[in-house]
Amino acid sequence: MRKSSAATELWTTLPKPRGPVMKHILGQPLGALGLVLIVLGFVVAFAAPWIAPYDPLATDYGNAIAPPSFAHWMGTDSFGRDLLSRILFGGRTAFLIGVSASFIGCTIGLFVGITSAYAGGWVDAIVERFMEILLAIPITVLALVLVSSLGRNMVYGVDLNLVFAIALPIIPKMARVARSQALTIRNLSYIDAAVTLGFSDLRIIVRHMAPNIFGPYIVMLTAFISQAILIEASLSYLGLGVAEPTPSWGLMLAGNAFNTSMTAPWIVIYPGLAIALVVFAFSMFGDALRDVFDPKARADR
Amino acid sequence: MQARPDAAAEPLLSVRNLNVQFRSNDRLLHIVRDVSYDVRAGELVALVGESGCGKSVSSLAVMRLLSDPTTTRFSGEVRLAGRDYLRLPESEMRRLRGRDIAMVFQEPMTSLNPLMTVGRQIMEPMLEHLDIDRAAARERAIDLLKRVGVTDPKRRMDQYPHEFSGGMRQRVVIAIALSCNPKVIIADEPTTALDVTIQAQILDLLRALVKETGVGLVLITHNLALVARYADRVNVMYGGRIIESGTVEDVLRQPRHRYTAGLLMAVPRLDLPRAARLHTIPGQPPSPARFPSGCAFSPRCGAATAACGSVPADTVTRDRRYACFHPVVDVLPQEGEHAAAGAEHTFGTTVLSVRGLTRHFHLKRRAVVRAVEDVSFDIPQGGTLGLVGESGCGKTTVVRTLLRLQSATSGRADFAGQDILSAGKRDLVALRRQIQVVYQDPSTSLNPRHRIASILAEPLLVHGLCKSQGEARARVEELLGLVGLPAEMAERYPHQMSGGQRQRVGIARALGMNPRLIVCDEPVSALDVSIQAQIMNLLADLQAKLGLSYLFVAHDLAVVRHISDVVAVMYLGRVVETATRAELFSTPRHPYTRALLAAVPSFAADAGQGPEAKITGELPSPLNPPSGCVFRTRCPMAVEACAKVVPPPVAFSDTHRVACIRV
Amino acid sequence: MLQFIGRRLLLALPTLLGVATLTFFMLHVLPGDLVETMLRAEGGNPSVELVAAERARLGLDQPLIVQYFEFLKGLAVLDLGQSHWTGKPVAEEIFSRLPVTLEVAALSMIVAIALAIPLGTIAGMYPGSTVDYAIRSFAIAGIALPSFWFGMVVALAMLWYFNWLPPLGTASLFKNPLTALQQLILPAIAVGYRYSAILIRMMRSSVIETMHEDFVRTARAKGLAMRTIIRRHVIPNSLLPTITMIGLEFALLVGSLVVIEQVFSLNGIGRLFIESVSRSDFIVIQGIVMVLTLIFIAVNFLVDLAYAVIDPRIQLG
Repeated sequence: MRKSSAATELWTTLPKPRGPVMKHILGQPLGALGLVLIVLGFVVAFAAPWIAPYDPLATDYGNAIAPPSFAHWMGTDSFGRDLLSRILFGGRTAFLIGVSASFIGCTIGLFVGITSAYAGGWVDAIVERFMEILLAIPITVLALVLVSSLGRNMVYGVDLNLVFAIALPIIPKMARVARSQALTIRNLSYIDAAVTLGFSDLRIIVRHMAPNIFGPYIVMLTAFISQAILIEASLSYLGLGVAEPTPSWGLMLAGNAFNTSMTAPWIVIYPGLAIALVVFAFSMFGDALRDVFDPKARADR
Repeated sequence: MQARPDAAAEPLLSVRNLNVQFRSNDRLLHIVRDVSYDVRAGELVALVGESGCGKSVSSLAVMRLLSDPTTTRFSGEVRLAGRDYLRLPESEMRRLRGRDIAMVFQEPMTSLNPLMTVGRQIMEPMLEHLDIDRAAARERAIDLLKRVGVTDPKRRMDQYPHEFSGGMRQRVVIAIALSCNPKVIIADEPTTALDVTIQAQILDLLRALVKETGVGLVLITHNLALVARYADRVNVMYGGRIIESGTVEDVLRQPRHRYTAGLLMAVPRLDLPRAARLHTIPGQPPSPARFPSGCAFSPRCGAATAACGSVPADTVTRDRRYACFHPVVDVLPQEGEHAAAGAEHTFGTTVLSVRGLTRHFHLKRRAVVRAVEDVSFDIPQGGTLGLVGESGCGKTTVVRTLLRLQSATSGRADFAGQDILSAGKRDLVALRRQIQVVYQDPSTSLNPRHRIASILAEPLLVHGLCKSQGEARARVEELLGLVGLPAEMAERYPHQMSGGQRQRVGIARALGMNPRLIVCDEPVSALDVSIQAQIMNLLADLQAKLGLSYLFVAHDLAVVRHISDVVAVMYLGRVVETATRAELFSTPRHPYTRALLAAVPSFAADAGQGPEAKITGELPSPLNPPSGCVFRTRCPMAVEACAKVVPPPVAFSDTHRVACIRV
Repeated sequence: MLQFIGRRLLLALPTLLGVATLTFFMLHVLPGDLVETMLRAEGGNPSVELVAAERARLGLDQPLIVQYFEFLKGLAVLDLGQSHWTGKPVAEEIFSRLPVTLEVAALSMIVAIALAIPLGTIAGMYPGSTVDYAIRSFAIAGIALPSFWFGMVVALAMLWYFNWLPPLGTASLFKNPLTALQQLILPAIAVGYRYSAILIRMMRSSVIETMHEDFVRTARAKGLAMRTIIRRHVIPNSLLPTITMIGLEFALLVGSLVVIEQVFSLNGIGRLFIESVSRSDFIVIQGIVMVLTLIFIAVNFLVDLAYAVIDPRIQLG
């Protein structure tokens, strides 16, 4: 709807034919960039023990608060630990907690939402009320309450309770989406057709409804990975998430980091950039997915 | 037909060689091709065609509402009172829109801003284009509302769109179009979303306005009967081109183009004796992505020859134009081809007998919607019952309760010695195999994620009708053959098929269960005319071959007449008249049935039973239906007694029952 | 109108009760023992007797269900109990620190809305254009940047380029507006940017959707100028879902506030919350969650009111 000075010449050339992959990339440049960053992030985080130049926990007080140099690309912190190595290892923590918390939260939410929609009646009413209550408490606050009450429960270096505390606030959000999606599909006539063909409830849910909620599930899963990574960072920053000495991006910003950064800004710049980049990647990828799955919100029609 | 304006008069709107292209990332669609037509003062010109023929796009181009140059291009000339505006810059074009050329859109429910009062929306174009102050604009808006038939216009000015019914909203949209005294109005399917009685009201209004004010009106429609009843001239579009044009009498009585002739014969018509089969056009309308080269109709045309591979030039005679290498020379047969469509069947047994079916919905605060009230009818074994009524009459609820997709409040429905409405879980599964459904919208009735093969095979395997995958595959092939689809279709996904093909798959799925009764819920209303005829013939053939019974729900009376043996007419939750087809269409008794029939646009000139048979006003709310006879508030024959008792059915014959105390 | 308020209050009660119950039981299943932590903090290794006596004093030796009903009884008369740590009434602790938080919240909301409506509208008007990509990237960045880190970076930038630091302490917005504003503006920008990002995206997608509505086509067919159409038809209709979003995502704003107060050493309710969490002071935690929920409900009530003002289809009462 730009100001048009009447385009009255017809096209004579056909648009260039493009392969399906190229078409997606051109249609969703930000999404494609997001995907590349995500894959890169995964690889780098996974390979951290092999590619990190230093031991992330090794202190070197003689070389504390060193600015970025050839030896320490991102400088060192106030304990003289190599920031780059800590960021690489922090990536493992972020991905691990982000992906698992989002997966747990979204999967439970999906199940709750579909069941609630399909059961209807008082089950639906009670579940809805409960979700409303959970939604009234801010995510960070809810996670904090859980963290403070559950304490720590380390399994293979991962604080399971922390994962659960981050996953819980995700459940109601996913459940809402799944429920409304299920209700929409429930009203389409192919579900009526399945009923009049005498199919069982289980068959209808599993074969006819669930696959069509898969799209929104994937979109939410991606979106909440970024949310979960952010919450993990916030909790760690507040000193209530990942515990020292495990490298975590949020933890790297905690304590004295801010005051130190007034003279040594790299101490807060790099870990924050790492968080931003990963969350940015997941958000963009999630956006692109949403456009693919929900043509209604598509940018160009 | 009123006196036609002088054909020599300078046209108000003159479209010449209009072309429109759409371009997306990977496709270039040439949607409108060399379209030319004229509209004169006081003339109603129809653009008629099936979906995808380019009729709507061409009118949006005429309004210059396709304005994004990155995706749309157009060429040609559009003259308004002699001045070509197609090349004007948008800032000047804007001054014409709404002032000299106005538009009425299809969907009255969504074409008004829900957050603004109706009055402000009517005043908006006046304040924009005319040198007029608010008070004068308000005066004029009230005037306009009165003119388009809105009662109590002063009060209604300050109401919001949601307080208006669909028909009333369309009147408001017409008032907006009229507000600046335009020279030309383009009405894009203005009544397609409305019920037939409201449609008649709106089109009568539009035609009266055209004749009164001398505005030129372009009526875009897919409905040939509307053209016959309301238009002066007609342009038939196919594959992006106007393939035939002329006066309505000439074109509809003596079509020259093969497509026009085929289309006219494919429409079930109330003014002609019923033919046993509808004439069909094979194939389907071309998608804009793949218009055939040469004559776009040639792939579906029985008379096509090698010459049709190039674009036919217009043959121009005095007042007509058509583009066909092999024009029809005969006058179109005015009788159905098989005029002796066989005597009426007599049916001995009943397959489904519904008695006293009632369904109430309980809302908050003890409000009750009486969606269906005491409905009774019988479906003859091997025959078809047509259930007809306008939107909100409860026909869909009847279907859903009979299919046990909803529970009934009371009543019974006996099928094979069993009451469907109270059947237990196990009995219900058995019943479901015998009663199958074909749904209205073929785009939502097939699971988009499954291939056709799996859609058809799944129920066969679930119910053990086929014991193995191999057996099921053979049966799927057989079913596809039965509905006239090639076996390769089994590998497709629903979105890779056309609407007509999907509807055939829906029928095949129902047939797979070997049912006795098939409920057809508006099975052809979402389809194009030429496809509609194919599906109706298919249903008739299957009935004859397999001895099926049908419950056929529809709002289109011509369709109902064509397919039904017995008809039940519903109004506001009740059945007002049941009769055989012959009885109902030759001697309708209930005033509602008569009004409904009168409202259907007919091809016969000056058909209709005069204005007294038309109903005025709007459907009352089922939340608070009128006491006694529900139709009395709109009935021309109503007397005081009608408010007192619910009229019991009066029998005129064994098969003809009318719920009215005044017949 | 009164009826509407009444009904909303009635609807809020079960939510409040639910939140109260949920928080109470979440906090009381935990393994950590407040009394021990507290006594340890005072130094030494407390004897079993001392712990038991202290527990009895705080009523923690009662069965859980009794404690629960005591808590509800307190809530009913707006008594949130006494902090286990400081012994002061929780209500007093909370209300002395609430104003700062509310001020930052209000400022952030102003920042967010002021950014979201114009930017979302422009992006939605020209989807797929360069402007749209710029605004979308701006928005996604707002969601991706952790607000506490963004706050730090902005503060660092101010220090670095202008040699400016927000004044220390906590000034009252009413007594000392200029100082207070200087203290509050950075956290408000940090939190508001993030919140605005969500609103921009909502506004953008609803503008895109509204632009395709039939009534916008009607308006174009009337020959109105694009500016008029956007102002009169598109923006009001697109505001509706955006306003709903303001209410729904208010919880997110509060969540960011809790963290940002830590960064800027604002002595607000978020700081109190973190302190109480690290001290396992459940009574205060409970109280804060209740107050936050109440604020959430109040904001959503205002959102519904605003909605009803704009949309004639919604009737109050």
